[in-house]
Amino acid sequence: MTSVAKSNVLDPLIDNNPITLQVLGVCSALAVTTSLTAALIMSIALTSVTACSNFFISTIRNHIPSSIRIIVQMTIIASLVIVVDQILKAYAYEVSKQLSVFVGLIITNCIVLGRAEAYAMKNPPLLSFLDGLGNGLGYSLVLIIVAIIRELAGSGKLMGYQILPTVNDGGWYLPNGLMLLPPSAFFVIGLLIWAVRSWKKEQLEAPDYQIHQVHRTEVM
Amino acid sequence: MPSPVDNAQKKAGLLSSLQALPNDSTKKTIIVALLLCLICSIVVASAAVLLKPLQIANKKTDKKRNILAVTGLAYDGKSIDELFEQFEIKVVNLETGDYAENIDPAIYDQRKAAKDPVQSTKLPSDQDIAGIIRRANLATVYLLKEGNNIKQIVLPVHGYGLWSTLYGFLALESDANTIHGLKFYEHAETPGLGGEVDNPRWRSQWLGKKSYDDNGEVRIKVIRGHVVPELSGSEYQVDGLSGATLTSQGVSNLLNYWLGEDGFGPYLNKIRSEG
Repeated sequence: MTSVAKSNVLDPLIDNNPITLQVLGVCSALAVTTSLTAALIMSIALTSVTACSNFFISTIRNHIPSSIRIIVQMTIIASLVIVVDQILKAYAYEVSKQLSVFVGLIITNCIVLGRAEAYAMKNPPLLSFLDGLGNGLGYSLVLIIVAIIRELAGSGKLMGYQILPTVNDGGWYLPNGLMLLPPSAFFVIGLLIWAVRSWKKEQLEAPDYQIHQVHRTEVM
Repeated sequence: MPSPVDNAQKKAGLLSSLQALPNDSTKKTIIVALLLCLICSIVVASAAVLLKPLQIANKKTDKKRNILAVTGLAYDGKSIDELFEQFEIKVVNLETGDYAENIDPAIYDQRKAAKDPVQSTKLPSDQDIAGIIRRANLATVYLLKEGNNIKQIVLPVHGYGLWSTLYGFLALESDANTIHGLKFYEHAETPGLGGEVDNPRWRSQWLGKKSYDDNGEVRIKVIRGHVVPELSGSEYQVDGLSGATLTSQGVSNLLNYWLGEDGFGPYLNKIRSEG
């Protein structure tokens, strides 16, 4: 039991990371990683939504009619997201302004629904909660790494504090503007996936399709 | 027809009878859906209602903080509300330039009014250089006073940049011409490029620039590249944001609009003529 619980939390960090292995939730990872503060708040918001939605869905899993199960899951997830959004607006106004629409878009994050459907529907509440927590943390880990790279390279700052003095402010560092635009997150996440898969070879996928090499004798 | 016995059973264990139903029966599907909606709506509604006062307070404080920031008032350990006491808030009729005395400035919401067809005017496209589509007929201004004298005039301005409408405040000195500062409190321009409108270094350039020339024409402009102080006209110019031509253009346009005849022009004229 405890080993299952432990692996539920630890596995999604690297071995079964929702972003680098399953390549889910990438859209929001592009949008909120221009600054580390935004990425941290987004991580907390998503982790709490995934964990809580898994918990509640798992609690009522034996009573969810299969014909409306996705709607039931979405209703629970959406309610939780709205509550999180309201709390942010009340207690972290500055950051909520920065995250604007992306908190609301947690509803459509594939990781949340994916965990609800794949895990919470078949497992007891506590384990589901831990599974949600682990996956949220796995997402957070990637988000934080990407945000550190992007904010440092893009504006020379971390959490809004100047680390590399930029040319605009009379320093030496010329910020890389590309790092602040969404495509750069694709590059960073792509490189990250490459790095993780070179380190953990078992994450490599077998090619779906191999192009048949035609020898010239076959044509003739 | 449910017999009385059935009803009694229902009352005794509504939950257990619900549990006994097969999951995929129509009855259970409807009951589960209704119950779930009920519970979720209670949760969402109570979160919204309970947190509303805090959210409104946050918004108000944020606005005040931005107005204070644009005027450059030192905090000196005072709270935002204390400092804000020094401001007189007035509502101005933009067309005539007179104060609308019958409107309570504490209640009037210019951004809401700009969406209301009764309280706003649709702008023809040749007039609408700031890209705001509708303009409220009345605008809120914040007068920083020292005794009876106006020290600074803070005007709300907004206009379209590259991705978004920029909302901000423009502070003018008592001559209603010299700019004290410009600060945007809401925008969604590209961080690091157009988003540099928030950069304190860029914002500091606005101090001391002139809005109008001697003929009363609006001249203030965000130029491309750097301002050369020796050239004539540099007192009307501010450095462009590198990599953000359209945002810079947007800032120029919105200032030209709001300082011009369709914006605060008539009001500022009155202030100048009254000395």
